[in-house]
Amino acid sequence: MPTVIVDGKEIEIGAQERLNCIEAARLAGVEIPHYCWHPGLSVVASCRMCLVETGSRDPATGKVTMVPKLVPGCQTPARDGTVIVTDSQLVKDSRARVEEALLIDHPIDCSICDKAGECLLQDYHFEHGQPERRADINPFHSQRRDVGPTVTLFVDRCIMCTRCVRFTREVSGTSELMVANRGAKEEIDVFPGFPLDNKLSGNVVDLCPVGALGDKDFLYQQRVWFLKREANVCGGCSAGCSIVTEHNQDTVYRLKPRENPHVNKWWICDDGRYGWHHLHDPSRLLAAGRLVSSAAERETVEWPAVVTRIRDDLKSAGRLAVAVSPMLTLEEAWMLCAVARSIDPRAYLAVGHVPTSGTDQSFPGGFTIRAEKCPNRIGVEAIVGLFETDLHRWHNFLDHIRQGQADAAWVTAAYPGSWIDDSTAEPFGKLRSLVVQDLFESPLSRLATWQLPATGFAERTGTWVNVAHRAQTFAAAVRAPAGVWPEGRLLWNMLGRRGLYDPAAVRRQIAESAVSLAVLAGDVPPNGVDLRVNQIASA
Amino acid sequence: MKPTDPAITWLEEKPLGLAERLYLPLFIQGLSTTSRHMVSRKVTVNYPESRPVVGNPLIYRGVHRLNRDDAGRVKCVACFLCATACPAHCIDIVATESPWPDREKYPESFSIDELRCIFCGMCEEACPVDAIELTSLLDLTGKSREEMIFDKEKLLSVYDMTKDAEPMKSKTLAAAGMATFGHAPADAAPAGGHH
Repeated sequence: MPTVIVDGKEIEIGAQERLNCIEAARLAGVEIPHYCWHPGLSVVASCRMCLVETGSRDPATGKVTMVPKLVPGCQTPARDGTVIVTDSQLVKDSRARVEEALLIDHPIDCSICDKAGECLLQDYHFEHGQPERRADINPFHSQRRDVGPTVTLFVDRCIMCTRCVRFTREVSGTSELMVANRGAKEEIDVFPGFPLDNKLSGNVVDLCPVGALGDKDFLYQQRVWFLKREANVCGGCSAGCSIVTEHNQDTVYRLKPRENPHVNKWWICDDGRYGWHHLHDPSRLLAAGRLVSSAAERETVEWPAVVTRIRDDLKSAGRLAVAVSPMLTLEEAWMLCAVARSIDPRAYLAVGHVPTSGTDQSFPGGFTIRAEKCPNRIGVEAIVGLFETDLHRWHNFLDHIRQGQADAAWVTAAYPGSWIDDSTAEPFGKLRSLVVQDLFESPLSRLATWQLPATGFAERTGTWVNVAHRAQTFAAAVRAPAGVWPEGRLLWNMLGRRGLYDPAAVRRQIAESAVSLAVLAGDVPPNGVDLRVNQIASA
Repeated sequence: MKPTDPAITWLEEKPLGLAERLYLPLFIQGLSTTSRHMVSRKVTVNYPESRPVVGNPLIYRGVHRLNRDDAGRVKCVACFLCATACPAHCIDIVATESPWPDREKYPESFSIDELRCIFCGMCEEACPVDAIELTSLLDLTGKSREEMIFDKEKLLSVYDMTKDAEPMKSKTLAAAGMATFGHAPADAAPAGGHH
């Protein structure tokens, strides 16, 4: 195994691993500061913050020969016998000088800068900078200009790391951003008439190590130190990107990508990034309403009563058909199927409506936005498959209703947008009992006997299976609005389980009932597990 | 820290001396303190007929105010540092883009729950632009809880009301040649930041 020596400490790296000095040092627990380098982008070695002393150890004699000057750690590969020194006086002085040079024309407006608190310039200055400012040059005046519909640029805060420029060239492939002018007059800019307007544009804000690029959606909303972070999965499409939901007092403020090499690497798309606003829409359904018999109005029913009354209503109606929404988690879908079968042992179970929009959109950097706008179709298919021999889909379900083969139906939806029209919903009007669980009122829910509120993606706890069969578990970031029982809690109570809803217990039960899902029995790692690996092994 | 922690030095109480055991000398000592206060100048005042005199308004911590700049605009830049420093979580700010070209951000709304406030003065310490200050107004009353939540307009009106009697503390200190932390006296050369 190749050995790298970081500050006198020997660490082994994989024989096939191609690491630079920053990554190798990280393995040894040493953080080399850097601005321009990002693992997802090409190397330019322009910020000079990662300068370290390097050398090599002769494998035969063990003699160490050092390179006479500092080299950028991001650009220097770590090989067998590479010696990296990050704590010498030479390196420390170099970092302090880089910090000083950057701060010569960087405004000290941290108090009104949205990046303050998560700014690399702040962090590195605190750690590596010097307390005094020797040059007394007043920075040029604050200039702000929009570079696109979602992103705004604070020109004077930029440190010219060019991460954003490289991102638009290498990952989104749209090349909107450029470096204008040279030397001290360098600026990030867009070409006239070609704003930064692509589906991945929000990522440049995450990439920016300082406060130069701001997200207009989040600008001035909260200081970052007020935000709490919960690892989540995006529910915007079937890609199932790993995200972090940042929230405060049960209000979501922004979503950020969470690094996951198997799914989204470091990025998320703008549809997902800004796709949380429906959670706080005032028109959301907030109470369980049952149609008062022989009247067109609904009475609000307390949740403990909902648990028993829905069961009674559906049981007395007759043959039951249930649509299991691909927005539900595995656990909720399983409990819904179990509840349905406990009400009617021959209940017809189908996968709910799968919303789609356009076609899959791929980017040069390997990122794909899926056309299927639901996070868990594959998971719900697997769960429904455990209960039904033939897999019924939404169109089969509609036929089933139209042909009058059901007397009662339970439709779970929880779609963030409108999804059904009047003509599609019309046959449901003939049913003796209809339960519709959705985020917003729809033509279908207006026909419903029972109108139940649903929960949004950041309010759920459970497991989703993405388009590549990767199962990821997550916990709710925020609580559902006051008065709303999440699907999991309702179904848990309808199954007669005691105590609080425990998704892990349901997950263990699912894992025991199906070999293809057996891998979910244990704790699922943060990056998720590939369900196919297990299926191949069991085949 | 546990009682067995080696960092703790345990001291034995001294045994009582003769004077303590006799009881009378200490009795006289206590009684003399009482009688001295009986004849000395009284500290209490007949509030509200007469009002207490605030010794040094610069360090007194009474009702808050939001200062105005030279153009009459609210000085606050909505940085949330007061809300961050506040141990009672009584400050609520909604920030937005400022309508003025020379300012980036300003508070759309700024409210302080005076009932929740513990008057510790941390907000004043934290403020980087000397926008929030504690005045020497000490009688704070209201008929309802809602009335005691001071919004931006009310806090600005406290400034209008008190600005003549109590000029902005940064200006007073600068006039006295004392620089507060992070703010140079007015006549000195600017050192560092431009905000």
